[in-house]
Amino acid sequence: MRNFVWLALLLAAAIALPWAAEAAGQPATIGLATRILCLGIAAASLNLILGHGGMVSFGHAAYYGLGAYTVGILWEHFRLGEPLWGFIPGTNELLITLPVSMLVAGFAAALIGALSLRTTGVQFIMITLAFAQMLFFLFVGLKAYGGDDGLLIRRRNIVPWLDLREQDQLYWLCLGFLVAWLVLQWRIVESRFGRVLEGIRQNERRMAAIGIATYRYKLAAFVIAGMGCGLAGALTANYLRFVSPDLMAWQKSGDIMVMVILGGVGTLLGPVVGAAALVGLEYALGGITENWQFFLGPILLAVVLFAPGGIMGLLGQGRHRRG
Amino acid sequence: MAEPVLSVRGLVKRFGGLTATDDFSIDVLPGELHALIGPNGAGKTTLIGQLTGEITPDAGQVIFLGQDITRLSVAARVRRGLARSFQIVQLLDDDTALANVALAVQARAGHSFRFWRAAGQDPALLTPARALLDQVGLARHDTRVAELSHGERKVLELAVALAARPRLLLLDEPMAGLGAAESLRMTETLRALKGQFSILLVEHDMEAVFALADRITVLVYGRAIATGTADAIRADPAVQEAYLAEEA
Repeated sequence: MRNFVWLALLLAAAIALPWAAEAAGQPATIGLATRILCLGIAAASLNLILGHGGMVSFGHAAYYGLGAYTVGILWEHFRLGEPLWGFIPGTNELLITLPVSMLVAGFAAALIGALSLRTTGVQFIMITLAFAQMLFFLFVGLKAYGGDDGLLIRRRNIVPWLDLREQDQLYWLCLGFLVAWLVLQWRIVESRFGRVLEGIRQNERRMAAIGIATYRYKLAAFVIAGMGCGLAGALTANYLRFVSPDLMAWQKSGDIMVMVILGGVGTLLGPVVGAAALVGLEYALGGITENWQFFLGPILLAVVLFAPGGIMGLLGQGRHRRG
Repeated sequence: MAEPVLSVRGLVKRFGGLTATDDFSIDVLPGELHALIGPNGAGKTTLIGQLTGEITPDAGQVIFLGQDITRLSVAARVRRGLARSFQIVQLLDDDTALANVALAVQARAGHSFRFWRAAGQDPALLTPARALLDQVGLARHDTRVAELSHGERKVLELAVALAARPRLLLLDEPMAGLGAAESLRMTETLRALKGQFSILLVEHDMEAVFALADRITVLVYGRAIATGTADAIRADPAVQEAYLAEEA
Protein backbone atom coordinates (compact mmCIF):
# COMPACT_ATOMS: atom_id res chain seq x y z
CA MET A 1 0.00 0.00 0.00
CA ARG A 2 2.83 2.38 0.90
CA ASN A 3 4.49 1.49 -2.37
CA PHE A 4 1.27 2.36 -4.13
CA VAL A 5 1.26 5.83 -2.59
CA TRP A 6 4.87 6.34 -3.64
CA LEU A 7 4.09 5.25 -7.17
CA ALA A 8 1.14 7.64 -7.37
CA LEU A 9 3.32 10.53 -6.16
CA LEU A 10 6.05 9.60 -8.62
CA LEU A 11 3.56 9.49 -11.47
CA ALA A 12 2.09 12.86 -10.47
CA ALA A 13 5.58 14.37 -10.44
CA ALA A 14 6.31 12.87 -13.85
CA ILE A 15 3.09 14.32 -15.27
CA ALA A 16 3.85 17.75 -13.81
CA LEU A 17 7.45 17.80 -15.07
CA PRO A 18 6.89 19.85 -18.27
CA TRP A 19 5.13 22.65 -16.34
CA ALA A 20 7.85 22.65 -13.71
CA ALA A 21 10.54 22.76 -16.39
CA GLU A 22 8.85 25.70 -18.14
CA ALA A 23 8.39 27.51 -14.85
CA ALA A 24 12.03 26.99 -13.96
CA GLY A 25 13.09 28.28 -17.36
CA GLN A 26 14.65 24.91 -18.26
CA PRO A 27 12.56 23.68 -21.20
CA ALA A 28 15.49 21.54 -22.42
CA THR A 29 14.79 19.25 -19.45
CA ILE A 30 11.62 18.06 -21.20
CA GLY A 31 13.63 16.66 -24.10
CA LEU A 32 16.05 14.99 -21.73
CA ALA A 33 13.15 13.47 -19.81
CA THR A 34 11.56 12.23 -23.04
CA ARG A 35 14.79 10.44 -23.89
CA ILE A 36 14.77 8.85 -20.45
CA LEU A 37 11.18 7.65 -20.94
CA CYS A 38 12.00 6.04 -24.30
CA LEU A 39 15.14 4.38 -22.99
CA GLY A 40 13.18 3.37 -19.89
CA ILE A 41 10.79 1.33 -22.04
CA ALA A 42 13.75 -0.25 -23.84
CA ALA A 43 15.53 -1.11 -20.59
CA ALA A 44 12.32 -2.41 -18.98
CA SER A 45 11.74 -4.71 -21.94
CA LEU A 46 15.28 -6.08 -21.67
CA ASN A 47 14.69 -6.59 -17.96
CA LEU A 48 11.83 -8.98 -18.76
CA ILE A 49 14.21 -11.47 -20.35
CA LEU A 50 17.41 -10.56 -18.49
CA GLY A 51 16.09 -9.93 -15.00
CA HIS A 52 13.17 -12.32 -14.93
CA GLY A 53 14.14 -14.96 -17.46
CA GLY A 54 17.91 -15.02 -16.97
CA MET A 55 18.54 -14.52 -20.71
CA VAL A 56 21.47 -12.14 -21.13
CA SER A 57 20.74 -10.74 -24.58
CA PHE A 58 23.54 -8.50 -25.78
CA GLY A 59 21.72 -7.51 -28.94
CA HIS A 60 18.65 -5.81 -27.60
CA ALA A 61 19.34 -2.56 -29.46
CA ALA A 62 18.54 -4.44 -32.69
CA TYR A 63 14.83 -4.15 -31.87
CA TYR A 64 15.26 -0.55 -30.77
CA GLY A 65 16.77 0.28 -34.14
CA LEU A 66 14.21 -1.76 -36.08
CA GLY A 67 11.36 0.04 -34.32
CA ALA A 68 12.95 3.40 -35.11
CA TYR A 69 13.71 2.51 -38.73
CA THR A 70 10.14 1.33 -39.24
CA VAL A 71 8.94 4.84 -38.41
CA GLY A 72 11.70 6.34 -40.55
CA ILE A 73 11.13 4.16 -43.60
CA LEU A 74 7.34 4.57 -43.47
CA TRP A 75 7.91 8.34 -43.28
CA GLU A 76 10.30 8.25 -46.22
CA HIS A 77 7.79 6.46 -48.43
CA PHE A 78 5.04 8.78 -47.25
CA ARG A 79 7.22 11.74 -48.20
CA LEU A 80 8.15 10.31 -51.60
CA GLY A 81 4.60 9.15 -52.23
CA GLU A 82 5.74 5.80 -53.56
CA PRO A 83 4.92 2.53 -51.78
CA LEU A 84 7.60 0.30 -50.29
CA TRP A 85 8.23 -2.68 -52.64
CA GLY A 86 5.45 -1.26 -54.76
CA PHE A 87 2.62 -2.22 -52.43
CA ILE A 88 3.21 -0.99 -48.85
CA PRO A 89 2.15 2.65 -48.70
CA GLY A 90 4.13 5.00 -46.47
CA THR A 91 2.43 6.72 -43.56
CA ASN A 92 2.99 9.27 -40.84
CA GLU A 93 0.08 8.15 -38.64
CA LEU A 94 1.40 7.19 -35.22
CA LEU A 95 -1.51 4.81 -34.67
CA ILE A 96 -0.20 2.80 -37.61
CA THR A 97 3.55 3.27 -37.30
CA LEU A 98 3.73 2.22 -33.63
CA PRO A 99 1.95 -1.15 -34.01
CA VAL A 100 3.89 -1.84 -37.22
CA SER A 101 7.16 -1.06 -35.43
CA MET A 102 6.26 -3.50 -32.67
CA LEU A 103 5.32 -6.17 -35.20
CA VAL A 104 8.55 -5.74 -37.15
CA ALA A 105 10.63 -5.88 -33.97
CA GLY A 106 8.63 -8.83 -32.66
CA PHE A 107 9.06 -10.73 -35.91
CA ALA A 108 12.81 -10.15 -35.86
CA ALA A 109 12.92 -11.23 -32.21
CA ALA A 110 11.06 -14.42 -33.12
CA LEU A 111 13.61 -15.29 -35.80
CA ILE A 112 16.67 -14.32 -33.77
CA GLY A 113 15.29 -15.85 -30.58
CA ALA A 114 14.36 -19.12 -32.28
CA LEU A 115 18.00 -19.62 -33.22
CA SER A 116 19.76 -17.98 -30.27
CA LEU A 117 17.71 -19.71 -27.57
CA ARG A 118 19.10 -23.06 -28.63
CA THR A 119 22.25 -21.90 -26.85
CA THR A 120 22.88 -20.68 -23.31
CA GLY A 121 25.48 -18.75 -21.35
CA VAL A 122 28.31 -17.02 -23.16
CA GLN A 123 27.27 -18.54 -26.48
CA PHE A 124 23.86 -16.93 -26.15
CA ILE A 125 25.42 -13.54 -25.38
CA MET A 126 27.66 -13.78 -28.43
CA ILE A 127 25.02 -15.01 -30.85
CA THR A 128 22.53 -12.28 -29.91
CA LEU A 129 25.33 -9.74 -30.33
CA ALA A 130 26.22 -11.21 -33.72
CA PHE A 131 22.64 -10.96 -34.99
CA ALA A 132 22.39 -7.34 -33.84
CA GLN A 133 25.65 -6.50 -35.59
CA MET A 134 24.38 -8.15 -38.78
CA LEU A 135 21.36 -5.85 -38.71
CA PHE A 136 23.60 -2.88 -37.94
CA PHE A 137 25.72 -3.50 -41.05
CA LEU A 138 22.64 -4.21 -43.11
CA PHE A 139 21.34 -0.73 -42.35
CA VAL A 140 24.77 0.84 -42.84
CA GLY A 141 24.63 -0.61 -46.34
CA LEU A 142 21.07 0.46 -47.09
CA LYS A 143 21.89 3.56 -49.13
CA ALA A 144 18.22 4.08 -50.08
CA TYR A 145 17.57 5.00 -46.45
CA GLY A 146 20.70 7.04 -45.88
CA GLY A 147 23.07 4.21 -45.00
CA ASP A 148 25.69 5.41 -42.56
CA ASP A 149 24.29 8.94 -42.48
CA GLY A 150 20.86 7.91 -41.32
CA LEU A 151 17.48 9.19 -42.31
CA LEU A 152 15.85 12.50 -41.44
CA ILE A 153 12.20 12.57 -40.46
CA ARG A 154 11.12 16.10 -41.25
CA ARG A 155 7.93 15.98 -39.22
CA ARG A 156 6.90 13.87 -36.26
CA ASN A 157 4.06 11.40 -36.74
CA ILE A 158 0.56 12.73 -36.38
CA VAL A 159 -1.88 11.40 -33.84
CA PRO A 160 -5.49 12.42 -33.08
CA TRP A 161 -5.97 15.10 -30.39
CA LEU A 162 -2.24 15.65 -29.90
CA ASP A 163 0.35 17.78 -31.64
CA LEU A 164 3.66 16.01 -31.24
CA ARG A 165 5.52 19.06 -32.49
CA GLU A 166 4.86 20.42 -29.00
CA GLN A 167 7.57 18.79 -26.93
CA ASP A 168 5.46 18.52 -23.78
CA GLN A 169 2.76 16.63 -25.68
CA LEU A 170 5.32 14.17 -27.03
CA TYR A 171 6.62 13.82 -23.48
CA TRP A 172 3.18 12.93 -22.13
CA LEU A 173 2.61 10.47 -24.93
CA CYS A 174 5.88 8.70 -24.10
CA LEU A 175 5.02 8.77 -20.40
CA GLY A 176 1.68 7.14 -21.19
CA PHE A 177 3.34 4.39 -23.17
CA LEU A 178 5.95 3.83 -20.46
CA VAL A 179 3.28 3.48 -17.79
CA ALA A 180 1.21 1.17 -20.00
CA TRP A 181 4.24 -0.98 -20.72
CA LEU A 182 5.21 -1.18 -17.04
CA VAL A 183 1.66 -2.17 -16.06
CA LEU A 184 1.66 -4.85 -18.74
CA GLN A 185 5.03 -6.15 -17.66
CA TRP A 186 4.04 -6.12 -14.00
CA ARG A 187 1.02 -8.29 -14.83
CA ILE A 188 3.15 -10.62 -16.93
CA VAL A 189 5.73 -11.05 -14.18
CA GLU A 190 3.04 -11.91 -11.62
CA SER A 191 1.15 -14.25 -13.95
CA ARG A 192 1.59 -17.97 -14.47
CA PHE A 193 3.78 -17.18 -17.44
CA GLY A 194 5.93 -14.95 -15.25
CA ARG A 195 6.28 -17.66 -12.62
CA VAL A 196 7.58 -20.02 -15.28
CA LEU A 197 10.01 -17.37 -16.51
CA GLU A 198 11.26 -16.76 -12.99
CA GLY A 199 11.66 -20.51 -12.52
CA ILE A 200 13.72 -20.76 -15.70
CA ARG A 201 16.03 -18.03 -14.42
CA GLN A 202 16.55 -19.81 -11.12
CA ASN A 203 16.86 -23.40 -12.29
CA GLU A 204 16.02 -24.45 -15.82
CA ARG A 205 16.73 -28.11 -15.07
CA ARG A 206 14.12 -28.06 -12.35
CA MET A 207 11.57 -26.56 -14.73
CA ALA A 208 12.06 -29.40 -17.20
CA ALA A 209 11.67 -31.86 -14.33
CA ILE A 210 8.19 -30.51 -13.52
CA GLY A 211 7.20 -30.98 -17.13
CA ILE A 212 7.76 -27.55 -18.63
CA ALA A 213 9.20 -27.33 -22.13
CA THR A 214 11.24 -24.22 -21.36
CA TYR A 215 12.21 -23.26 -24.93
CA ARG A 216 8.79 -22.00 -26.01
CA TYR A 217 8.38 -19.91 -22.86
CA LYS A 218 11.78 -18.33 -23.33
CA LEU A 219 10.97 -17.61 -26.95
CA ALA A 220 7.62 -16.01 -26.07
CA ALA A 221 9.32 -13.77 -23.52
CA PHE A 222 12.04 -12.91 -26.02
CA VAL A 223 9.40 -11.81 -28.56
CA ILE A 224 7.48 -9.73 -26.01
CA ALA A 225 10.72 -8.01 -25.00
CA GLY A 226 11.58 -7.37 -28.64
CA MET A 227 8.18 -5.78 -29.22
CA GLY A 228 8.59 -3.53 -26.20
CA CYS A 229 11.97 -2.39 -27.43
CA GLY A 230 10.48 -1.80 -30.89
CA LEU A 231 7.92 0.50 -29.30
CA ALA A 232 10.73 2.36 -27.52
CA GLY A 233 12.58 2.73 -30.82
CA ALA A 234 9.51 4.06 -32.62
CA LEU A 235 8.99 6.71 -29.94
CA THR A 236 12.68 7.59 -30.05
CA ALA A 237 12.51 8.09 -33.83
CA ASN A 238 9.70 10.56 -33.26
CA TYR A 239 11.60 12.35 -30.56
CA LEU A 240 14.86 12.61 -32.52
CA ARG A 241 13.20 13.07 -35.93
CA PHE A 242 16.18 11.10 -37.14
CA VAL A 243 17.18 7.46 -37.34
CA SER A 244 20.61 5.99 -37.98
CA PRO A 245 22.36 2.63 -37.60
CA ASP A 246 23.87 3.90 -34.34
CA LEU A 247 20.52 3.14 -32.71
CA MET A 248 21.22 -0.57 -33.13
CA ALA A 249 24.97 -0.58 -32.60
CA TRP A 250 26.42 -2.81 -29.89
CA GLN A 251 27.21 0.26 -27.78
CA LYS A 252 23.48 0.94 -27.56
CA SER A 253 22.84 -2.66 -26.49
CA GLY A 254 25.48 -2.14 -23.83
CA ASP A 255 23.87 1.12 -22.69
CA ILE A 256 20.50 -0.57 -22.30
CA MET A 257 22.03 -3.40 -20.33
CA VAL A 258 23.92 -0.97 -18.08
CA MET A 259 20.63 0.82 -17.37
CA VAL A 260 19.04 -2.43 -16.19
CA ILE A 261 22.00 -3.34 -13.99
CA LEU A 262 22.46 0.19 -12.68
CA GLY A 263 18.78 0.53 -11.76
CA GLY A 264 18.24 -2.94 -10.38
CA VAL A 265 17.86 -6.24 -12.20
CA GLY A 266 14.48 -7.91 -11.86
CA THR A 267 12.67 -4.89 -10.40
CA LEU A 268 9.75 -3.10 -11.99
CA LEU A 269 11.07 0.46 -11.85
CA GLY A 270 14.78 -0.31 -11.76
CA PRO A 271 15.36 -0.09 -15.53
CA VAL A 272 13.63 3.30 -15.70
CA VAL A 273 15.62 4.57 -12.74
CA GLY A 274 18.73 3.20 -14.43
CA ALA A 275 17.86 5.01 -17.65
CA ALA A 276 17.39 8.24 -15.72
CA ALA A 277 20.65 7.72 -13.86
CA LEU A 278 22.68 6.98 -16.97
CA VAL A 279 21.22 9.80 -19.07
CA GLY A 280 21.50 12.14 -16.07
CA LEU A 281 25.12 11.19 -15.44
CA GLU A 282 25.97 11.63 -19.11
CA TYR A 283 24.38 15.06 -19.04
CA ALA A 284 25.95 16.15 -15.76
CA LEU A 285 29.43 14.79 -16.45
CA GLY A 286 29.23 15.97 -20.05
CA GLY A 287 28.70 19.50 -18.74
CA ILE A 288 31.91 19.29 -16.70
CA THR A 289 34.31 17.57 -19.05
CA GLU A 290 34.57 16.30 -22.57
CA ASN A 291 36.01 13.05 -21.27
CA TRP A 292 32.93 12.21 -19.22
CA GLN A 293 33.05 8.54 -20.12
CA PHE A 294 36.32 8.31 -18.22
CA PHE A 295 34.44 9.20 -15.06
CA LEU A 296 31.32 7.19 -15.84
CA GLY A 297 33.31 3.94 -15.81
CA PRO A 298 34.37 4.05 -12.14
CA ILE A 299 30.85 5.03 -11.07
CA LEU A 300 29.38 2.00 -12.85
CA LEU A 301 32.10 -0.19 -11.40
CA ALA A 302 31.30 1.03 -7.90
CA VAL A 303 27.61 0.22 -8.34
CA VAL A 304 28.29 -3.29 -9.59
CA LEU A 305 30.78 -3.96 -6.78
CA PHE A 306 29.06 -2.34 -3.84
CA ALA A 307 25.39 -2.38 -4.79
CA PRO A 308 24.66 -5.58 -6.69
CA GLY A 309 20.95 -4.81 -6.40
CA GLY A 310 21.48 -1.52 -8.24
CA ILE A 311 19.88 1.74 -7.20
CA MET A 312 16.62 0.00 -6.32
CA GLY A 313 18.59 -2.32 -4.06
CA LEU A 314 20.11 0.70 -2.29
CA LEU A 315 16.60 2.08 -1.80
CA GLY A 316 15.53 -1.17 -0.15
CA GLN A 317 13.36 -2.05 -3.16
CA GLY A 318 15.52 -4.81 -4.55
CA ARG A 319 14.41 -7.90 -6.40
CA HIS A 320 11.07 -9.05 -5.13
CA ARG A 321 11.33 -12.33 -3.29
CA ARG A 322 8.22 -14.41 -2.91
CA GLY A 323 7.09 -14.93 0.67
CA MET B 1 1.29 -60.69 -14.39
CA ALA B 2 0.25 -57.06 -14.68
CA GLU B 3 1.89 -55.04 -17.41
CA PRO B 4 4.94 -53.19 -16.04
CA VAL B 5 4.69 -49.40 -15.58
CA LEU B 6 8.26 -49.04 -16.71
CA SER B 7 10.06 -51.54 -18.83
CA VAL B 8 13.66 -50.99 -19.87
CA ARG B 9 15.06 -53.26 -22.57
CA GLY B 10 18.71 -53.72 -23.46
CA LEU B 11 19.86 -50.18 -22.64
CA VAL B 12 23.43 -49.35 -23.66
CA LYS B 13 25.41 -46.14 -23.13
CA ARG B 14 29.10 -45.78 -23.88
CA PHE B 15 31.38 -42.85 -23.10
CA GLY B 16 34.42 -43.43 -25.26
CA GLY B 17 35.84 -46.77 -24.18
CA LEU B 18 33.76 -46.92 -21.02
CA THR B 19 30.46 -48.77 -21.14
CA ALA B 20 28.47 -46.99 -18.42
CA THR B 21 25.24 -48.87 -19.12
CA ASP B 22 25.72 -52.37 -20.45
CA ASP B 23 22.63 -54.14 -21.82
CA PHE B 24 20.54 -53.08 -18.84
CA SER B 25 16.94 -54.27 -18.45
CA ILE B 26 14.43 -53.80 -15.66
CA ASP B 27 10.65 -54.01 -15.11
CA VAL B 28 8.85 -51.89 -12.53
CA LEU B 29 5.41 -53.33 -11.76
CA PRO B 30 2.32 -51.29 -10.84
CA GLY B 31 2.26 -50.32 -7.17
CA GLU B 32 5.67 -51.82 -6.56
CA LEU B 33 8.55 -50.16 -4.77
CA HIS B 34 11.53 -51.33 -6.73
CA ALA B 35 14.95 -50.40 -5.41
CA LEU B 36 18.05 -50.05 -7.51
CA ILE B 37 21.31 -50.41 -5.64
CA GLY B 38 24.91 -50.71 -6.65
CA PRO B 39 28.39 -49.82 -5.47
CA ASN B 40 29.99 -46.48 -6.36
CA GLY B 41 30.70 -46.17 -10.05
CA ALA B 42 28.10 -48.78 -10.99
CA GLY B 43 26.49 -46.33 -13.42
CA LYS B 44 23.41 -45.32 -11.45
CA THR B 45 23.56 -41.64 -12.40
CA THR B 46 23.98 -42.40 -16.12
CA LEU B 47 21.08 -44.82 -15.94
CA ILE B 48 18.79 -42.28 -14.27
CA GLY B 49 19.74 -39.74 -16.92
CA GLN B 50 18.55 -42.14 -19.61
CA LEU B 51 15.28 -42.86 -17.82
CA THR B 52 14.47 -39.17 -17.33
CA GLY B 53 15.62 -38.14 -20.81
CA GLU B 54 18.67 -36.04 -19.94
CA ILE B 55 20.97 -38.59 -21.59
CA THR B 56 20.22 -40.36 -24.90
CA PRO B 57 21.09 -44.07 -24.87
CA ASP B 58 23.14 -45.61 -27.68
CA ALA B 59 20.85 -48.64 -27.89
CA GLY B 60 17.83 -50.15 -26.19
CA GLN B 61 14.35 -48.99 -25.31
CA VAL B 62 12.54 -47.32 -22.45
CA ILE B 63 8.88 -48.33 -22.42
CA PHE B 64 6.60 -46.36 -20.11
CA LEU B 65 2.92 -47.28 -19.74
CA GLY B 66 3.20 -49.39 -22.86
CA GLN B 67 4.68 -46.64 -25.03
CA ASP B 68 8.21 -46.16 -26.27
CA ILE B 69 9.55 -42.95 -24.68
CA THR B 70 13.24 -43.49 -25.52
CA ARG B 71 13.39 -40.37 -27.69
CA LEU B 72 11.08 -38.09 -25.70
CA SER B 73 12.33 -34.92 -24.01
CA VAL B 74 12.57 -34.59 -20.22
CA ALA B 75 9.47 -32.41 -20.01
CA ALA B 76 7.38 -34.68 -22.24
CA ARG B 77 8.20 -37.67 -20.04
CA VAL B 78 7.16 -35.77 -16.92
CA ARG B 79 3.87 -34.81 -18.52
CA ARG B 80 3.23 -38.51 -19.21
CA GLY B 81 3.70 -39.21 -15.52
CA LEU B 82 7.36 -40.04 -15.01
CA ALA B 83 8.40 -37.67 -12.22
CA ARG B 84 11.73 -37.66 -10.47
CA SER B 85 13.49 -36.23 -7.46
CA PHE B 86 17.11 -35.17 -7.56
CA GLN B 87 19.99 -36.47 -5.47
CA ILE B 88 21.45 -32.96 -5.38
CA VAL B 89 18.36 -30.85 -4.76
CA GLN B 90 17.21 -28.75 -7.70
CA LEU B 91 14.81 -26.16 -6.35
CA LEU B 92 14.02 -22.49 -6.83
CA ASP B 93 16.08 -21.07 -3.97
CA ASP B 94 14.64 -17.55 -4.07
CA ASP B 95 11.09 -18.83 -3.70
CA THR B 96 9.23 -20.27 -0.74
CA ALA B 97 8.59 -23.95 -0.34
CA LEU B 98 4.95 -23.28 -1.16
CA ALA B 99 5.78 -21.36 -4.35
CA ASN B 100 8.00 -24.24 -5.49
CA VAL B 101 5.20 -26.76 -5.15
CA ALA B 102 2.59 -24.34 -6.54
CA LEU B 103 4.67 -23.96 -9.69
CA ALA B 104 4.80 -27.73 -10.10
CA VAL B 105 1.01 -27.86 -9.63
CA GLN B 106 0.72 -25.15 -12.27
CA ALA B 107 2.88 -27.14 -14.69
CA ARG B 108 0.59 -30.14 -14.18
CA ALA B 109 -2.51 -27.99 -14.79
CA GLY B 110 -1.70 -27.38 -18.46
CA HIS B 111 0.15 -24.72 -20.39
CA SER B 112 1.30 -21.53 -18.67
CA PHE B 113 0.69 -19.09 -21.51
CA ARG B 114 -1.46 -17.01 -19.18
CA PHE B 115 -0.17 -13.50 -19.00
CA TRP B 116 -2.52 -11.39 -16.94
CA ARG B 117 -3.99 -12.94 -13.79
CA ALA B 118 -1.71 -13.11 -10.77
CA ALA B 119 -0.58 -16.63 -9.96
CA GLY B 120 0.81 -15.93 -6.49
CA GLN B 121 -2.52 -16.04 -4.66
CA ASP B 122 -4.42 -18.45 -6.92
CA PRO B 123 -6.21 -20.96 -4.65
CA ALA B 124 -6.36 -23.43 -7.54
CA LEU B 125 -2.57 -23.66 -7.19
CA LEU B 126 -2.03 -22.99 -3.50
CA THR B 127 -4.62 -25.38 -2.05
CA PRO B 128 -3.19 -28.50 -3.72
CA ALA B 129 0.34 -27.24 -3.00
CA ARG B 130 -0.38 -26.91 0.73
CA ALA B 131 -1.95 -30.36 0.76
CA LEU B 132 1.19 -31.84 -0.82
CA LEU B 133 3.46 -30.14 1.70
CA ASP B 134 1.30 -31.51 4.51
CA GLN B 135 1.40 -34.96 2.91
CA VAL B 136 5.21 -35.09 3.09
CA GLY B 137 5.24 -33.35 6.47
CA LEU B 138 6.96 -30.08 5.64
CA ALA B 139 5.58 -27.50 8.05
CA ARG B 140 7.43 -24.38 6.95
CA HIS B 141 5.37 -23.57 3.85
CA ASP B 142 6.29 -19.91 3.65
CA THR B 143 10.02 -20.14 4.24
CA ARG B 144 12.36 -19.49 1.35
CA VAL B 145 14.15 -22.58 0.09
CA ALA B 146 17.52 -20.92 0.72
CA GLU B 147 16.64 -20.87 4.43
CA LEU B 148 15.40 -24.47 4.67
CA SER B 149 17.58 -27.21 6.15
CA HIS B 150 19.01 -29.91 3.90
CA GLY B 151 16.52 -32.40 5.27
CA GLU B 152 13.59 -30.09 4.56
CA ARG B 153 14.80 -29.57 1.01
CA LYS B 154 14.95 -33.31 0.39
CA VAL B 155 11.36 -33.57 1.59
CA LEU B 156 10.39 -30.60 -0.59
CA GLU B 157 11.94 -32.36 -3.60
CA LEU B 158 9.52 -35.17 -2.91
CA ALA B 159 6.50 -32.85 -2.69
CA VAL B 160 7.45 -31.17 -5.99
CA ALA B 161 7.74 -34.57 -7.67
CA LEU B 162 4.35 -35.63 -6.27
CA ALA B 163 2.74 -32.49 -7.68
CA ALA B 164 3.18 -33.97 -11.15
CA ARG B 165 0.69 -36.69 -10.11
CA PRO B 166 3.17 -39.29 -11.31
CA ARG B 167 2.43 -42.79 -12.50
CA LEU B 168 6.01 -43.61 -11.61
CA LEU B 169 8.20 -41.86 -9.05
CA LEU B 170 11.90 -42.02 -9.74
CA LEU B 171 13.64 -41.17 -6.48
CA ASP B 172 17.36 -40.46 -6.78
CA GLU B 173 18.91 -41.05 -3.36
CA PRO B 174 16.27 -39.33 -1.20
CA MET B 175 18.30 -40.20 1.90
CA ALA B 176 21.58 -38.71 0.67
CA GLY B 177 23.08 -36.39 3.26
CA LEU B 178 20.34 -36.95 5.84
CA GLY B 179 21.06 -37.56 9.52
CA ALA B 180 19.94 -40.78 11.18
CA ALA B 181 16.69 -39.32 12.53
CA GLU B 182 15.87 -37.59 9.25
CA SER B 183 16.56 -40.82 7.37
CA LEU B 184 14.08 -42.66 9.55
CA ARG B 185 11.48 -39.97 8.97
CA MET B 186 12.05 -40.10 5.22
CA THR B 187 11.70 -43.89 5.33
CA GLU B 188 8.32 -43.48 7.01
CA THR B 189 7.24 -40.86 4.47
CA LEU B 190 8.18 -43.19 1.63
CA ARG B 191 6.42 -46.09 3.32
CA ALA B 192 3.24 -44.02 3.33
CA LEU B 193 3.63 -43.37 -0.42
CA LYS B 194 4.28 -47.04 -1.13
CA GLY B 195 1.31 -48.66 -2.84
CA GLN B 196 -0.15 -45.31 -3.96
CA PHE B 197 2.58 -44.90 -6.54
CA SER B 198 4.91 -47.16 -8.44
CA ILE B 199 8.35 -46.18 -7.22
CA LEU B 200 11.84 -46.77 -8.53
CA LEU B 201 14.14 -45.97 -5.62
CA VAL B 202 17.84 -45.46 -6.26
CA GLU B 203 19.48 -45.43 -2.88
CA HIS B 204 22.74 -45.95 -1.04
CA ASP B 205 21.18 -46.39 2.40
CA MET B 206 20.89 -50.20 2.61
CA GLU B 207 18.86 -50.15 5.79
CA ALA B 208 16.18 -48.06 4.09
CA VAL B 209 16.27 -50.17 0.94
CA PHE B 210 15.81 -53.45 2.76
CA ALA B 211 13.05 -51.96 4.91
CA LEU B 212 11.06 -50.54 1.99
CA ALA B 213 11.65 -52.45 -1.22
CA ASP B 214 9.37 -55.09 -2.66
CA ARG B 215 12.08 -56.04 -5.10
CA ILE B 216 15.68 -55.01 -5.53
CA THR B 217 17.85 -54.85 -8.63
CA VAL B 218 21.61 -54.75 -8.20
CA LEU B 219 23.65 -52.76 -10.70
CA VAL B 220 27.36 -53.46 -11.14
CA TYR B 221 29.47 -51.99 -13.95
CA GLY B 222 26.32 -50.92 -15.80
CA ARG B 223 24.77 -54.41 -15.70
CA ALA B 224 21.85 -55.73 -13.68
CA ILE B 225 23.48 -58.73 -12.01
CA ALA B 226 20.49 -59.72 -9.88
CA THR B 227 16.83 -58.91 -9.29
CA GLY B 228 14.73 -60.29 -6.47
CA THR B 229 13.24 -59.83 -3.01
CA ALA B 230 15.34 -58.45 -0.17
CA ASP B 231 16.05 -61.94 1.18
CA ALA B 232 17.02 -63.32 -2.21
CA ILE B 233 19.36 -60.39 -2.84
CA ARG B 234 21.01 -60.76 0.56
CA ALA B 235 21.69 -64.42 -0.14
CA ASP B 236 22.91 -63.93 -3.70
CA PRO B 237 26.61 -64.84 -3.98
CA ALA B 238 27.22 -62.54 -6.96
CA VAL B 239 25.86 -59.56 -4.99
CA GLN B 240 27.95 -60.42 -1.97
CA GLU B 241 31.01 -60.62 -4.14
CA ALA B 242 30.34 -57.24 -5.76
CA TYR B 243 29.90 -55.50 -2.42
CA LEU B 244 32.76 -57.34 -0.73
CA ALA B 245 35.02 -56.37 -3.63
CA GLU B 246 34.14 -52.74 -3.00
CA GLU B 247 34.94 -52.95 0.70
CA ALA B 248 38.19 -54.83 0.17
